[in-house]
Amino acid sequence: MDNNIYNTWNRIKDSDIYFSFIKSPTAIISSVILIIIFFCSFFVEIITPYNPFDPSSLSLMDAFTPPSWTEDGLAKFILGTDGQGRDMLSTILYGARISLIVGFSAIIFSLILGVGLGLTAGYFGGKYEMIVMRLTDVQLTVPSILMALLVDGIARGIISREVHDEMAIYVLIFAIGISEWPQFARVSRAATLVEKNKDYVSASTIIGVSNMVIMFKHILPNILRPVLVIGTIGFALAIIAESTLSFLGVGVPPTTPSLGTLIRLGNDFLFSGEWWITFFPAIFLVILAFSINLLGDWMRDTLNPKLKK
Amino acid sequence: MSFLKINNLSVNYEMRKEVVHAARNVNIEVNKGEILGLVGESGSGKSTVGNAIINLIDEPGKVSNGSITLGDINLSKDPDNIIKYRGKKIGLIFQDPQTSLNPILTIGEQLIETIQTHLDLSREEAKNRSINLLKEVGIKEAEKRFDNYPHQFSGGMRQRVVISLALCCEPELLIADEPTTALDVSIQSQILKLIKKLTKDRNLAVILITHDMGVIAETTNRVAVMKNGNLVEIGATKEILVSPKEDYTKSLVSSVPPTNKKISRFKIIDKEKRKLVKNNIKILDRWTKKEIKKQKLVEVKNLSKSFDDNFFTENLKNSVMAVNDVSFNINEGESFGLVGESGSGKSTIAKMIVNLFKPSSGEIFFDNVCVTKLKKSIEMMKFRKQIQMIFQDPYSSLNGRLKVKDIISEPIKLHNSSISKNDLNNYIIDLLDSVELTQKSAERYPHEFSGGQRQRISIARALATQPRLLVCDEPTSALDVSIQAQILNLLKDLQEQLNLTILFISHDLPVVRQMCDKIGVLRNGKLCEVSNTEELFLKPKHDYTKELLHLMPKIESLYK
Repeated sequence: MDNNIYNTWNRIKDSDIYFSFIKSPTAIISSVILIIIFFCSFFVEIITPYNPFDPSSLSLMDAFTPPSWTEDGLAKFILGTDGQGRDMLSTILYGARISLIVGFSAIIFSLILGVGLGLTAGYFGGKYEMIVMRLTDVQLTVPSILMALLVDGIARGIISREVHDEMAIYVLIFAIGISEWPQFARVSRAATLVEKNKDYVSASTIIGVSNMVIMFKHILPNILRPVLVIGTIGFALAIIAESTLSFLGVGVPPTTPSLGTLIRLGNDFLFSGEWWITFFPAIFLVILAFSINLLGDWMRDTLNPKLKK
Repeated sequence: MSFLKINNLSVNYEMRKEVVHAARNVNIEVNKGEILGLVGESGSGKSTVGNAIINLIDEPGKVSNGSITLGDINLSKDPDNIIKYRGKKIGLIFQDPQTSLNPILTIGEQLIETIQTHLDLSREEAKNRSINLLKEVGIKEAEKRFDNYPHQFSGGMRQRVVISLALCCEPELLIADEPTTALDVSIQSQILKLIKKLTKDRNLAVILITHDMGVIAETTNRVAVMKNGNLVEIGATKEILVSPKEDYTKSLVSSVPPTNKKISRFKIIDKEKRKLVKNNIKILDRWTKKEIKKQKLVEVKNLSKSFDDNFFTENLKNSVMAVNDVSFNINEGESFGLVGESGSGKSTIAKMIVNLFKPSSGEIFFDNVCVTKLKKSIEMMKFRKQIQMIFQDPYSSLNGRLKVKDIISEPIKLHNSSISKNDLNNYIIDLLDSVELTQKSAERYPHEFSGGQRQRISIARALATQPRLLVCDEPTSALDVSIQAQILNLLKDLQEQLNLTILFISHDLPVVRQMCDKIGVLRNGKLCEVSNTEELFLKPKHDYTKELLHLMPKIESLYK
């Protein structure tokens, strides 16, 4: 077993992707930043001394403390506190966790939906393909934020108010996911059209392999490269969409702050001088999305043989 | 004093893991008025030498050593200088006429542009000059066609335009890199004749880069043989091809399928002198051997297929008939050849026989059952098992994400789901052994193999279901001649031992002659004639067959 892992590691080390990775400073820096962010937000309870959701640990006396390096700053609140005396850094990390979970689940949801529809549409063709592709066209004419607002509005109408706060996260995941799937459907359909005309697919058909097995065992692994690339960039988009919706007040409830709700809360104090409450969550969001996009760009360049120098 | 002198040329590609020597100390001289053939298999460095002359070597390659002189100009001394000579003193013809012309400019525009870049002529003069050139390369109504776009020309005509582009500034050296590889036989012979004529008329020095020994034999005065970046032998074409000195040249010449006779096996000259007679292959024990009853295995009746692009109107009148009313029979144990140029419908017939396409009309009988009318997939599976196919392109016919053992085990597991793991492994090893691959290959991925080895994996996969009919769609046209000889030998051995029936599809007449008992000649979807191989080659009945036979490049033309 150890030997197996060792072999796999050697294969990775030997591959062109690894080579291109260690030759690209942008890819290394952005993935280091991402790993740090992921690590800190998922082990936030261990890392931070404060729990912003435990009211007993909060003291209104600490409210509106500016960042530690300013005149009135306290060393124990590095990035200052908000209006309820919550430590900004801890709150951002807690919020980032929600944002990451929502973004990731949304992108997985739209990936499964989009690739499933795109793959089958490309493979079977005919009327089914036409219907699926026209659906994506319709979907693309509706801005994704509008789509998400619509889904959220409908969900609010159907689900009763008490349950809504608990369900809010799932509604949000669904709303973002449903607005991102056409990208995946288009890319995977196009890739499937190329792959299904290759001889290895014909060979499997002649052997008598069923359509399902051909699609998921043979074609799917071969179309994953482009899907992975837009998946990465879509992940950043999903996080931004989550923040936007939360900022607008239709995302996660204010009691479970995400990056978007934090920015909104701080927005109220922006002109009264407490800039840090909105500035730090915003800059955190920018760094997060930017790193993911840089990594996605690097992946596109590496995985696309046409762009190779 | 020779015109072009390549002295000690070395070209290196510095890759991540190693330095590839694409050319090593190559010395070649070309005189005016002669055609020098540069022959070798893929990766031998023949194109590298051609590209080095015009300084078109892609990164990360570079000329590490040597000099190139053209007349009294030293080309390698000043690489920037080459821009002046490229196109003017040196003309170029590339392999694919589809991509070497700009599709959004008329051919006239492209000719005038090239002429005006290098010569100080007015637009009017340049136009006259180009029209004369087009006439010279054999384009009819040159004045009219001058304003046409590349897509309005056929492949052969387009290659003529490319030649006229290469000639438009009166070059003294012409480099033709596989100029006829993408063309059909009949057009190939016209283009080669044109190049020969131009060489004589204009006293050009020509380098003809090709892998086709037939083309070399019919066109060139001298030939240089290359292997792995080294120059193996250089000399008069006749001398080299008739009495080669080096082992490599010998094996190259002996791998070329002769056009004038049928041989039982290709001689493969091997340094290790392996046994040429093969033992019985292991999979024979598993094979439920069919006794040869001299009966029809495949019967094709009035088969037609049209492709209709139009989604809304299924109007058969406007559709192209890819296959038109074709009928033939294949007897059990026989190999049947289908020959035709590109677009003749030969692959379409193959795909209908293996049931990838449904015919528009007509019937295909396999073992006296009409397979085109089967509806249920269970009945279909019985026939899937008995008909297998080998594809042309060894790079796309294997799924790169699966290990070789998984590729081969797929058909076995599918048709024999109760097979034990141990037995399955043994069977895979036996199959690999019967196509002369090592046991270790099973654990590797397709990209670790060469084209010939991939084709062997394809054959192993096809044999896994123990088929009775093997459809081979141009199985060797993507391979080098020496590899082709090995694969053809392998197919012959397998057929002999396993009593396979083979449908062999190819555009290459000499290959078909070696492989088949019976041949059908296709043209534009119609079957011109079907007859026994020897009869077809000695006494062809149809005019088209006669023409094809006359035009195919013959290596034997040198022996006369």
